[in-house]
Amino acid sequence: MSFWPKSRKARTRLTVLLAVAPVLALAVGLALFGLRDSISLFYTPAQAQEAHVKPGRKVQLGGLVQRGSVVKHPGGDVDFVVADHKASAKVTYHGDLPDLFREGQGIVAEGSFDPNGVFVAKQVLAKHDERYMPRDVAKALKKQGEWRGEGASAPSYGSQKP
Amino acid sequence: MITELGAFALVLSLMLSVAQTGLSAVGGARRSPVLAGAGRGAAVAAFVAVAVAFAALIHAFVVSDFSVANVAGNSHTAKPMLYKVAGAWGSHEGSMLLWCLVLTGYGAAMAAFGESLPPRLRAYALAVQGALGVLFLAYAVFASNPLARLLEVPVEGRSLNPLLQDPALAAHPPFLYSGYVGFSVVYSLSLAALIEGRVDAAWARWVRPWTLAAWSLLTVGITLGAFWAYYELGWGGWWFWDPVENASFMPWLIGAALLHSAIVTEKRGALPGWTAFLALAAFTFSMLGAFLVRSGVLTSVHAFAVDPTRGVLLLIMMGLAAGAGFLLFAIRAPSLNPGGQFRAVSRESAIVLNNILLSTATAVVLLGTLYPLIREAMDGEAVSVGAPFFNLTFTPLMVLAFAILPTGPLLAWKRGDARGVARKLWVVLAVAALLGLIAYGIVQPRKALASGGLALGFWLLGGALLEIADRLKLFRAPAAESFRRARGLPRGAWGATLAHAGLGVFVLGASFETAWRVEAAQALSLNDSQTLGAYVLTLTDIGTVEGPNYLAERGVVRIVDKAGRLVCRAEPERRFYPTGAQTTSEVAICPRPLDDLYVVLGERRAGEGGKPAWLVRAYVNPWVRLIFLGPLLMAIGGAISLSDRRVRLGVGRRAREVVS
Repeated sequence: MSFWPKSRKARTRLTVLLAVAPVLALAVGLALFGLRDSISLFYTPAQAQEAHVKPGRKVQLGGLVQRGSVVKHPGGDVDFVVADHKASAKVTYHGDLPDLFREGQGIVAEGSFDPNGVFVAKQVLAKHDERYMPRDVAKALKKQGEWRGEGASAPSYGSQKP
Repeated sequence: MITELGAFALVLSLMLSVAQTGLSAVGGARRSPVLAGAGRGAAVAAFVAVAVAFAALIHAFVVSDFSVANVAGNSHTAKPMLYKVAGAWGSHEGSMLLWCLVLTGYGAAMAAFGESLPPRLRAYALAVQGALGVLFLAYAVFASNPLARLLEVPVEGRSLNPLLQDPALAAHPPFLYSGYVGFSVVYSLSLAALIEGRVDAAWARWVRPWTLAAWSLLTVGITLGAFWAYYELGWGGWWFWDPVENASFMPWLIGAALLHSAIVTEKRGALPGWTAFLALAAFTFSMLGAFLVRSGVLTSVHAFAVDPTRGVLLLIMMGLAAGAGFLLFAIRAPSLNPGGQFRAVSRESAIVLNNILLSTATAVVLLGTLYPLIREAMDGEAVSVGAPFFNLTFTPLMVLAFAILPTGPLLAWKRGDARGVARKLWVVLAVAALLGLIAYGIVQPRKALASGGLALGFWLLGGALLEIADRLKLFRAPAAESFRRARGLPRGAWGATLAHAGLGVFVLGASFETAWRVEAAQALSLNDSQTLGAYVLTLTDIGTVEGPNYLAERGVVRIVDKAGRLVCRAEPERRFYPTGAQTTSEVAICPRPLDDLYVVLGERRAGEGGKPAWLVRAYVNPWVRLIFLGPLLMAIGGAISLSDRRVRLGVGRRAREVVS
């Protein structure tokens, strides 16, 4: 083969390059594909309304749990409302909420909107720290002037005492 | 008084680290044994001083001295003693002090036990290690003093986050940090060799034991963390691809790559530049991990002790250390001797491929971890990158790596015999494929990908077994001959095989558990039942218990199998910690030989007919034991290799004759 270099060093280099190239190509291809399809965008309720998120599209919805909105049905279904300063969205979730889920607390729900505009959550995240506000929520709320500071005490609702 | 002594010792250790850097550097440059010896003394003294400071902090926690800000913020008089002590490293300041303790500890170890290193390399390495010490100790002294006092002393502390009050998590940071910071030694050795302009086989021989030690400890640390997430968070999972987890996983991957490339450099003198690069990269990823975890720039569900204000400082420190390292590398790398040649089919090639795949995988994990930051900087959009991305990108790369893994140890150095290896391995391949097909056939519901994962696990496990059988000539030679060979086989070989087998065990567990986990959740009143796979769960009793610093609601769940035989009585708890008003779930786990029955008690709610009911969430986690057993085997394999005389001492001595 004429393109095969003569010097041993150059040949080694070319061999290594030939080994690295397909792996890198595979990795880049997968990464680009993954970044297009398997990441989820984060919205607050107001942003979700503006963006007209398509039903069924997997997104994250973050905001404060509106006080007095939590309804627990027998059988494990929970309904609540996540709100920011401008808008709110109904959320329904089946399962056990995180221990730190409280009214007034910032949370992030993962899931999608159904055709009626109700957010069906597959997972609800509240960090394991009483002073915690998910960063995206904090940021979005700061923009809207709803921010009360990292140290703001989480309003407690219905005693969690056994 | 003791606290002041500790604070003084901390400042002293900073001064001693400055002295260590200066004395060692000058001692190395002038080839002065006296100055280099003084540098070693300073290294040991710096470690002793940090140890005193750390002991003072632990003392403050043990006696609940709330005049110390750190204690007031993270301790409580009612906390059990173990967690008072663990609280010392449960906070931002305390964890950075632990980092410094380990960092100076490794420096002292190099000073005290590194006789087999060439004097100059050792002096330079200690100088670099000292400089790292100066960087991090200065941070501890000026920006995050763990022993700072409060002007107004509170009566009671704010307590440690209850989720952290757990034995596995008490041990998690020390192991993790011993691993993270262990790579600092490799970094120092690498920089020292680059300063000297000599990165060769002898150098790789000294890099290997430190890499092995750091990597094994990091393996234990990550496994403890995953185990904690598994049984404490109550989500039934053990890995979430959370930024904090990735932060610890990236140095592990690079460490694994380094372990292998260092072998090539040691045995064959090849790839010296690449090995030096990985050595620098491993510690850079450790520092990146510390920065990501401690600064809170990324949204994580379980990052603790976060302090965004000091993140910038950590970033600057990381930039300094990594920048200096890679700059020197860029200057020196072109002049490095490329070393031994090898053919396309050889053990070197297999290891090069392993390195390409491991470092590409690390890059992919890095991209996924930092992508939210990149995206936010680019178009202000907030995104989250979760498990789907990593499953899609990371897993295929690992599948490739696992596919070639068993061939590596069977190939000869320099020029391998592909046909010979194929002749040996086809049996393993056939058996693994058959077992995968059987799994596809009998395990319901049918899952092709997971069955493939099982086949891959059996392939790794079988490959490891075959390799050892091949080396011992098992069944091909008389038993006595095999036994003699087994005794003669170096421990390094046993360790490597055990680690590879451990990886196979892990892949089996991870594939099976992820694909065939069974979950059930239902609100149960007293004496209600729900089915969970092949089991029936009945909530038979519920009561309250009072713990040392919490109140708990405890349920009794009777688990019987389909035949009605009692399998176990699970007693999950839901704990309320009045300090901080936090509730946690205490999962009840019924261990079967390989599987776990995993029961979580939810909160009380109104059930049917107004009766109180509790949400009982339960999982069958099949083969989950293997997930934690596998990494443990890998760590033990690392420890066995480390105990190999050739790795530890002997060869180092012999090599010095060659070098100096």
